[in-house]
Amino acid sequence: MKRTGLWIRTGVILAITLIGIYLVFGPRRMPTSADFTWEGIKANLAANINLGLDLKGGSHLVMRVKLDDYLKTVTENNAQAALSAISDSTDPKFQVANSATVAENGNYSFNATLADGTNLDQVAEAVKKKVDLQNWNESRSGSTISWTLGAAAQNVMKVDAVTQAKKIIESRINTYGVKEPTIQNQGSPTSGQILLQMPGVDDPERVKSLIGAESNLALMKIVSAANPAPVTTYPTIDAAKASLGGTVPANRKILPYAERDEPTAAGQAPDQKKPTSYVVVEYPAVVDGSELRNAEAVSRTGAQGDYQITFQFKPSGAQKFGDWTGKNINNYMAVVLNDEVKSAAFIKSQIFDSGEISGKFTKQTAEDLALTLKSGALPAKIVYQEERTVGPSLGADSIRSGVEASLGGLALVILFMLFYYRGSGVNAVVALVLNMLLTIAALVLIRSTLTLPGIAGLILGIGMAVDSNVLIFERIREELKAGFDIPTSIDLGFDRAFVTIIDTHITTIISSVILYMAGGAGPIRGFAVTLILGLLINLFTAVFVSRTIFNWELSLRPKMTKMSI
Amino acid sequence: MLNPFDNFHFDWLRRRRIFIGISIAIMLAGLASAVGRELAPGGTDSFNMGVDFKGGTIVTAKFRNRPTDDEIRDALNKSGVGDPVIQTSTNRPDEVLIKIPLLEAETNPEGATDQDHTLQVQAGRAEVKKALDTFGQAAEGDATLDSAPNAAYKIIGTDSVGAIAGSQLRNQAVIATLLGLVGILVFIAFRYDWTYAAGAVIAVFHDVIMVLSFFSIFQWEVNLTVIAAILTIVGFSVNDSIVIFDRVRENVPMRRHDSLFEITNDSINQTLSRTVITAGLVILSVLALVVFGGEVLRSFSLALLVGLTLGTYSTIAIASPIAIWWQSKLGDSKIKDVLAPAAKGEKLASSSRRSVTRRPVTR
Repeated sequence: MKRTGLWIRTGVILAITLIGIYLVFGPRRMPTSADFTWEGIKANLAANINLGLDLKGGSHLVMRVKLDDYLKTVTENNAQAALSAISDSTDPKFQVANSATVAENGNYSFNATLADGTNLDQVAEAVKKKVDLQNWNESRSGSTISWTLGAAAQNVMKVDAVTQAKKIIESRINTYGVKEPTIQNQGSPTSGQILLQMPGVDDPERVKSLIGAESNLALMKIVSAANPAPVTTYPTIDAAKASLGGTVPANRKILPYAERDEPTAAGQAPDQKKPTSYVVVEYPAVVDGSELRNAEAVSRTGAQGDYQITFQFKPSGAQKFGDWTGKNINNYMAVVLNDEVKSAAFIKSQIFDSGEISGKFTKQTAEDLALTLKSGALPAKIVYQEERTVGPSLGADSIRSGVEASLGGLALVILFMLFYYRGSGVNAVVALVLNMLLTIAALVLIRSTLTLPGIAGLILGIGMAVDSNVLIFERIREELKAGFDIPTSIDLGFDRAFVTIIDTHITTIISSVILYMAGGAGPIRGFAVTLILGLLINLFTAVFVSRTIFNWELSLRPKMTKMSI
Repeated sequence: MLNPFDNFHFDWLRRRRIFIGISIAIMLAGLASAVGRELAPGGTDSFNMGVDFKGGTIVTAKFRNRPTDDEIRDALNKSGVGDPVIQTSTNRPDEVLIKIPLLEAETNPEGATDQDHTLQVQAGRAEVKKALDTFGQAAEGDATLDSAPNAAYKIIGTDSVGAIAGSQLRNQAVIATLLGLVGILVFIAFRYDWTYAAGAVIAVFHDVIMVLSFFSIFQWEVNLTVIAAILTIVGFSVNDSIVIFDRVRENVPMRRHDSLFEITNDSINQTLSRTVITAGLVILSVLALVVFGGEVLRSFSLALLVGLTLGTYSTIAIASPIAIWWQSKLGDSKIKDVLAPAAKGEKLASSSRRSVTRRPVTR
C-alpha cells in the first residue's frame, strides 16, 4: 500500500502548514470572527512579527551622563581612599594634620598636609600603592601633597566614562530583551550625551528606569560589637557621629539602615521604609559591585514580595571576600546598595564566592535590580534630555517601495518557474511559498526581531530555495533525456540533487552558525538567524514537500508517459 | 520541455587567463581608487562612509506643512547633501529628524576636539537649512512658527552624532566572516578536497574585494545595510561553487580517462542551465530592487546586484581554475590514486559520494 506513506507525508505537511499559518496570522488569544477579516489578519500579522528599528521605528531617547558628578565622585573617593591609605599606617610620620578636597567648576584636586613633612616620598608611595592615580598630577609644597586632575586628563576620563556608560546601557537593555538598539554619542564626546534608539517595547517607563538605575553595591564591615551582641545602630546621624568623637574619619562612613516593611496587603509593593536608623561602617568596602560575576532574583516561597537577590563574585572578589570573612567570624557585615544598608548580618563562617541581598522585594524590582547589578554600576547619574517616538530609520516610504519591488521580484520568479517548468513549476511555487511562510513562522516562534539584515538573510534563503528546485528539476530533465522512465528519473533526480543541496546547505549553515556566535548581538546575528532557519526549512520544503507532490502525481497517474517539467 | 542549454559547449577554462585578467584589472582599479582618494590632497576618503559608520550632524526641523520624506530627501540631494537619514517623529508629526554624514572627510569623530564639533554642527546646519529653504522661509532666532507667519519651518535642534557602527561592529563583522570562511574551508575540504576549498574561498574574497572596488570607484555610500549585502554575497558565491564542484566530483569516477581539465569544463557546461536560471532569477529580483527599491535601499541593492553577478562569474572564472591549477601542482605524485577506485556508473547518486581523486591536468 504505497498510498499510506503518502497520506502520512501529506498529513505531516498539512499539520506543519496549519501551525505556520496560525503562528504568522493567528491571534495569541481565543480567535473571534474579526480575526478572519482582512483587517483582522493584517492586525495579527503586525502584532506577531517584531520589526526592528530600521523597519518600524521606536523610541528615541537623548540622555546625558552627569560627568561633573562623576569627576566629583572620583575625586572624593580617591581623596578618601588616599587618606585612609595614609592613616592605615601606624608610623607617626604618617599623621595627617589637614586635608582638603576641591571638586567643582572644572577643578578637581585633593591634598593632604602631614604633621611631619620629612617623609613625603614614603607617604606618596603608600598612597600610590593603594589608589589608582594614573591620570592625576602629584605636586608638593611644604608638607602638603596635592593630586590634581588636569584639563586633558579630565577629558580623557569623561570620554572613558561615556564609553563605559554606553556599554552598561547596552548590556542592560539587551538583557531586558530589547533587540538591536542603536547607541551613539551625541554632541562633543565630553558633553556626556548619548542617543539611544530602540524598537518598540511594551513598557518604556520600565526600560527608562532600568537604564538609569544606580546599582552601587558594596559589602562593608559594620563598626559594632560582635555577635551575640546585636548590631550597633544609631537613631540619628548625630548620634552616630558622636560615637566617632564628633568627626567622621577618612576610613569610616555613616550610612542609613533601611529595613523593609512586611507587605501590608496582598499585591502591595512592600517598598515603604521603616523609620531609618544609622550604622557606622569601615571604609573602603571589603568588596564592591565591580567584583560581581552574576546576580539573580530568587524567591524562597514564590510569593509576591518575597524576592531576594543572590550574587556571585568573580575569582578575585571571592578571594578578597573569603580572606576577609575568615578573619571576621561573628563580626557584622553590611550589604550596601547605593549608599544605603540593605541588610546587616554577622558572619557565621568563612564565605567565598556568593552573597545575598535580603529584604522583601517584589519580583519586578528584584529582577531589575539583579539585572542592573550584573551590568555593573553606571559611572554617574543619567538624566533624560529628549524623548520622542520615531518612524523607521530606513524611512517609511522607502520601505514601502522596497517591499513592492521585492514582491514584484518574487512574482517574476513565480511566473518564470511556471512558464519554464510548466506543471512541475507548481511544485516549486508551493515549496517556495511554504518556505517563506514557515521561515517567518519560525521567526515568530523564537521571538526574533526582523531588521534589514534579517531580510537579507531571508532573501538568501529564498534564493537558495529557488536554487534547490532548479537543481532538482534540471537533474530530472537530464535523467529523462538520458532515457530513464519517469519514476526512475524523479527518483534519480531527487537522490542526486539531494547530495548537492545537502552540501550547499550544510556549508552555509556552518558559516552562519559561526557568524551567529562571533557576530555579537547586532545586525550580523539577525542575518545569521533568519538564514539558518530558512535553510533548515528549505530542506523540508524543497525536498520533502516537493517530492510528496511528485509522488502524488505518480500515484494518481501511474501510466503517465510525458512529464510536465 | 524548454531547454535552451541542450548540448551547449563552451571552453570556459581555456579563457581563464582572460577572466582572471579582467578581475585583476578591476581589483587594481579599485585599489587605485581607494589609495588614490586617500592620498590625494583634499580628496575624498577611500570609501564614502555613511552616517552609520562615521557619524555626522542631526538636525531637528519643525514644519508648518510637513513635506514627505522623499521631498525632503530630494531637496537635500539637490543641494548636494548625499545620503541623509530621515526619520519621522511619530508622536510629533510636524517634526522630522535629519541626519547627514560628516562634511569634512578628514575629521575623525572619535578624536575630534570640541571646536571641531562646533564647526561641524554649524556647517551641517547651514547645509540642511539651504536645502530646506526650498520649502519656504525659516523662522530664525527666537521667532517661532506661531510668531513668524511667513515661516514654513524652524530648525529646533542641531547636534553632532557619533557613529552607530563604530570600528567595533566593523571589526566584529570582518572577524565573524573570516571565521565563517574558515568553517567553509574545512567543510569543503572534508567533503571534496583542499584544492576545491581554496578555490571556493578565494572566489569569495574575489567577490567581496570586487564589490568594495565598485563602492570605492563609484563612491556609493557604505552603510550598515552593505554589511548585510556582503554576507549574502558570500553565501551565494559559496553555494554556486559547490554546485559545480559537486558535479565534478560526480563525473570524475565515471570518466577515468579524461583529464580533470575537460571534466571540469564539461561540469560547468552541464550545470550551466541551472547556473543561468538560478543566477538569472536572483539577479532579476535584485535588479527590481535596484530600479524600484528607492533611494535608501540603493547601497544595499547595488551591492547585491554587483556581488551576485560576480559571485556567479567567479565560480566559473576563479574558483574552478584555481582548484584545477592547484591540483595540477599536486598532481604527479597522486596519479596512482586515480586508478584505484573502480567507477560504478549504473547508479549516479551512489558513485558520487566518493571524494574527488586527483587526476592529471592537461594543458
